Amino acid sequence: MLECQHLALARGGQRIIEDLSLSLRDGEVLAVLGPNGAGKSTLLAALCGELAPLGGSVQLAGRALSAWPASERAQRLAVLPQQSSLSFAFSVDEVVGMGRLPHASGQQRDAAIVHEALQAADAAHLRGRNYLELSGGERQRVHLARVLAQLWPGAAGQVLLLDEPTSMLDPLHQHVTLNAVRRFSAAGAAVMVILHDLNLAARFADRILLLHQGRAQALGTPHEVLTEANVLQVFELPVILSQHPELGCPWVIPR
Amino acid sequence: MKPLLSRRLAFVLLGVLLLLALWLSLSVGPVAMDVATLLRALAATLGMPLQAPEQAQLIVAQIRLPRTLLGLAAGGVLALCGVAMQGLFRNPLADPGLIGVSSGAALGAALMIVLGASLGGLAPAWSPYLLSLSAFAGGLLVTALVYRLGRRQGRVDVATMLLAGVALAALAGAMIGLLQYLADDATLRTLTFWNLGSLNGASYARLWPLLLVAALLLWRLPRWAQGLNALLLGESEARHLGVDIEQLKRQLILLTALGVGAAVAACGMIGFVGLMVPHLMRLLLGPDHRSLIPASMLAGASLLLLADVLARVLIAPAELPIGVVTALLGAPFFLYLLIKGRAHA
Repeated sequence: MLECQHLALARGGQRIIEDLSLSLRDGEVLAVLGPNGAGKSTLLAALCGELAPLGGSVQLAGRALSAWPASERAQRLAVLPQQSSLSFAFSVDEVVGMGRLPHASGQQRDAAIVHEALQAADAAHLRGRNYLELSGGERQRVHLARVLAQLWPGAAGQVLLLDEPTSMLDPLHQHVTLNAVRRFSAAGAAVMVILHDLNLAARFADRILLLHQGRAQALGTPHEVLTEANVLQVFELPVILSQHPELGCPWVIPR
Repeated sequence: MKPLLSRRLAFVLLGVLLLLALWLSLSVGPVAMDVATLLRALAATLGMPLQAPEQAQLIVAQIRLPRTLLGLAAGGVLALCGVAMQGLFRNPLADPGLIGVSSGAALGAALMIVLGASLGGLAPAWSPYLLSLSAFAGGLLVTALVYRLGRRQGRVDVATMLLAGVALAALAGAMIGLLQYLADDATLRTLTFWNLGSLNGASYARLWPLLLVAALLLWRLPRWAQGLNALLLGESEARHLGVDIEQLKRQLILLTALGVGAAVAACGMIGFVGLMVPHLMRLLLGPDHRSLIPASMLAGASLLLLADVLARVLIAPAELPIGVVTALLGAPFFLYLLIKGRAHA
């Protein structure tokens, strides 16, 4: 469980987030939506301790984020950045295995977890490949497997933060990835995921935070948040709101 | 990329290579020495009750052993510093010279030489100590300066640090050039020796500080192997994996400053070892620092010893500066890697 109260954030002297309170609950997937520059990544940076807040607080399991010893925090909180700049020829297994660094669970257990995490991210067929020879989407899935391995098998009290994990994926793997994330959160971990696709958020998130110019425009279930008025105001995009014919979740169609 | 060899086979081969390099380094010279004589002389040097021809023992104890140990330690230290810098900058082409410590150390040495010459020559008994100390201080000073310039709000900004290192290296180079322009003939020859590097004139006095630093590197660096692996993912990724990366970066900078400073102080500027060796070891074993660190140590020592043997025999009875040999070997190899890498990308 990760909680922030009255968070105020700035980058380079410019205020980006104002008075934001949010709590990531165990076992839930929270999607963060908002136009470019709304402060999504900045919020994520503050929630994982990369960015010190101007005001307000961030607490992991009831304890200030900065008060956690680094390796204990890493056992509870994993972060998938938008892009990774790894330029060394590690094998896929080695990259995913780095997720086990905060744990002392032994080589055999680690190898089993690496395999399971790769399967969860639908990347098991990449085992043994050179990371540098993978496509952008394959790399993204390998890094997802890495952060899953870091928290594997997932438990209440853990938090997973994902910054646009589907940005380079084909439609099938967008769904595979978010399904994997859902299954992972079902084991108890709280997940926050930044997305751009409104319909993916509507389908896979328990709750949605809609950010507009650094403030929470709306926070609630997909049905509560994804309204024609909200989408028009935040994205300046006129839409028709419908329902998924089979799942019943909101379905956003641009006019 | 799949490692070319299994870990075990690679280390066996590296061990054999090092033994071969040690043997060549001890036996090649104006006075040829067979294995039996060599081993006897070594044993006698170590105080074991074995008889060797007096001349052979003298050559081994006073000339070849210190020279070989110097090459061993300097090669290993330079290669380890290369590993540390390439990990720190997350760039396989980074070089210890980049953060200015080589140039700073050379400037320190050059200043001491010129100062000594202007005072009518340094006392021969003191000069190796004074030179080592000033080279060491120069290297540390420049590194500390680069580190300070690259630090913002308690964190090291690697890009700024790199650029500051390049600028300070150029500045130190210019000052050395100025000293060379102003120097008289005898001083110029000493300065040139320092700039090109040589294991010639090795003595135990010059050896001790370097051996100490080598031991320190061997003790500290392997502890950071996993942290270095994580750092290659990116600084924030490593932080999220629980690595104390500020401490890691501080230690890498300090250890490199100590390592390169001590190596330059003991045998001058020797280029390309820190660049070539980790690169080759990565091709052989993959980028995992748990193998890369010990492998680079072994290979660096072997490479420098073999380069020194070449430096001794190529234009015998004269001697090439070893920096010339490593550059002659290293630069084309490096260009080949660049071209090959570009063809792959």
